[in-house]
Amino acid sequence: MKFAIINERLVPEPLLHQQEPTYPISNIETIPQPPINKDYSFNHDLQNLLTGKQLPLDELPYSIHEIHQHYENGCLIYRKGITFQKGKAKCERCGNTDQNWFAAYPCSRCGTSCTYCRRCLMMGRVSACTPLCSWSVVNSFSTNNSQLAWTGTLSQGQQTASTRVCESVANDSVLLVWAVCGAGKTEVLFEGIERALQQQKRVCIATPRTDVVLELTPRLQAVFPHIQVASLYGGSEDRHKQSPLTIATIHQLLRFYKAFDTIILDEVDAFPYSVDETLQYAVKNARKDQSSMIYLTATPNPKWRKECRLGKRNFVTIPARFHRHPLPVPEFVWCGRWQKPLKNGKLPQILMKWLHQRLQSQTQALLFIPKIDLIPVILPILHKLHPKIEAVHAEDPQRKEKVQRMRNKEIPILITTTILERGVTFPNLDVAVLGAEDRIFTESALVQIAGRVGRSKQYPTGNITFFHFGRTEAMTSARKQILSMNKEAVEKGLVDV
Amino acid sequence: MSDYCLSCHSGLIPEVSWSIFFTKTVPTYLCSSCENQLTLVGGPTCKICDRPLEKLDPQYVIGATCYDCVRWEEDPEWQSALLKNHSIYVYNDFLKEVISQYKFRGDYIIAKAFSENIRKKIKTIDYDILVPIPLSKERQYERGFNQSEGLIVEAGFQPTNFLQRIHSEKQSKKSRHDRIHVQQVFRCIGSDLSDKRILLIDDIYTTGSTLRHAAKLLKEEGAQSVSSLTLARG
Repeated sequence: MKFAIINERLVPEPLLHQQEPTYPISNIETIPQPPINKDYSFNHDLQNLLTGKQLPLDELPYSIHEIHQHYENGCLIYRKGITFQKGKAKCERCGNTDQNWFAAYPCSRCGTSCTYCRRCLMMGRVSACTPLCSWSVVNSFSTNNSQLAWTGTLSQGQQTASTRVCESVANDSVLLVWAVCGAGKTEVLFEGIERALQQQKRVCIATPRTDVVLELTPRLQAVFPHIQVASLYGGSEDRHKQSPLTIATIHQLLRFYKAFDTIILDEVDAFPYSVDETLQYAVKNARKDQSSMIYLTATPNPKWRKECRLGKRNFVTIPARFHRHPLPVPEFVWCGRWQKPLKNGKLPQILMKWLHQRLQSQTQALLFIPKIDLIPVILPILHKLHPKIEAVHAEDPQRKEKVQRMRNKEIPILITTTILERGVTFPNLDVAVLGAEDRIFTESALVQIAGRVGRSKQYPTGNITFFHFGRTEAMTSARKQILSMNKEAVEKGLVDV
Repeated sequence: MSDYCLSCHSGLIPEVSWSIFFTKTVPTYLCSSCENQLTLVGGPTCKICDRPLEKLDPQYVIGATCYDCVRWEEDPEWQSALLKNHSIYVYNDFLKEVISQYKFRGDYIIAKAFSENIRKKIKTIDYDILVPIPLSKERQYERGFNQSEGLIVEAGFQPTNFLQRIHSEKQSKKSRHDRIHVQQVFRCIGSDLSDKRILLIDDIYTTGSTLRHAAKLLKEEGAQSVSSLTLARG
């Protein structure tokens, strides 16, 4: 679509009465914005669809005539999908400025060689002639009843964090909640969300993984039964649902524009580095100018930890688990040059012994390995120990099923790549890492892996062993981090020793 | 030449060998692991539709022709409408994904990944005019480009838009019977087709009915012969 400029207003090509010069929106220097007409009876569905959003025209099920009338009356804003600065393209939806992620095509809509962003293409193509539409005024979000229906109690550590979350929501500030694996960080949010909703604020919980969205939605819907929680992920049906509480994957945030008063970012550190920039942009775009931002993680990156140490970052820790037992501390076991004997079908004796003990005591175990290719080598060896041992990796089509069978205790030992490092909970579990020296096992990966052990109240302890061929800094730092959290927990009286 | 694989966006490392100095380098757009997932049509194929015959049940192969084409040729209405189809790749799961990225997501630049093989193939075929299978007006606006035209242009050839689509329903939602027994789907907007050998271009050959509809019409308008080239053979 192209636009003409007539009397300092944009006019879309299909609505022109006579021949006028027209341009792709990215070629128009500043987009004129008509003042709001208070008497205009606007379309409420369109308002619902566009409030706090940034959507291309293709996603609006209304005629260009009707859409444009809302622009004429000051209700709707057109923004450029792609902008150019010194010949360099920038995608205004996802923030991409890496020129390798742009391409051009001979566009049937604008008749030019039209630049488009490949980085966010899966959300629908944004090109140089694509206007992004938003609603011009963002109203506060009124909810009739935002009462929290939760009867549980918070642990001492949780309560401290919860109070800080409430403060942050109230004064629109940024807070890092650094909670150990198994601290119960979801409950820490309840009070803060309730406060926000009472103040007519719009809240979003964003996470990198669809699994987490699917898990959190029913939990939050249950504690806030009077509101409709919107659950957004690729292919979800709530896409156009307007809700005071949205739970979304980070990618879905790209559809939003100045929408939220509070954004809670779960597992910030789980983002692959390449996604990080897009994430930062998406979050910045989705927040209102005045809003609060709460980061939740068990393993903040070194930069953030340093900022915490130096007092440059507002943070709160929950150093202990809700069940008041200390975190299991990893044991280091040297197992020599394990890769070479493996080629001849041999695993280190000491690891075999460890696994054998788990089978005998009927304790389920996870065995983390550094590479997917090792599965076909290791699995046959372990099948000699027990025929029901299984392996799982990211592209495994039976991944969900195998995790479920592990939950049902049908699998005694599950071999896994780092995909199960977070998010999974099995009671009464021991964990081994083979080749803990591998680069893939970063400090935070190892802390997360250790965090799988002893999560349930019934089985609050367990064994975590790093089998290695030379200890790495990541291994020592991971152990140090766990020990220091345990120490802090003792000092604050959050564990029973 | 691009620095990243058009399909998986991993960095492309140019292979270094003496040939760099002596021969013209062919630009690469896919990394080797993506390239390896593409399968070229090869071995014995149906002499009409280019379908690989090896994996076909022998009862559906008559001579060097597949049973589908035998049925087309037995029907006087469709007999020799399409002289021959050429296809470049087997329509496997990987290609299916790449094509859907190309035409449904609208990632136009993907056409470049195929341009070299298309160029080579076109050079082996005798033709006078390259005609892309058109999209309906609505669909062309929606996608922003015609995927068949894109394949021609990016391979360095000039398309001629001789056809226009009358119906706009999606082909992929219909059965073979439905596809064959529709009324005319195209209109010819070209003139002076007499004695011209036309090469139709489409992304996928599935049942061959789209191409035959177009071929039949073009022949009725005076074309000497109509053959086709598709990126994929379903």
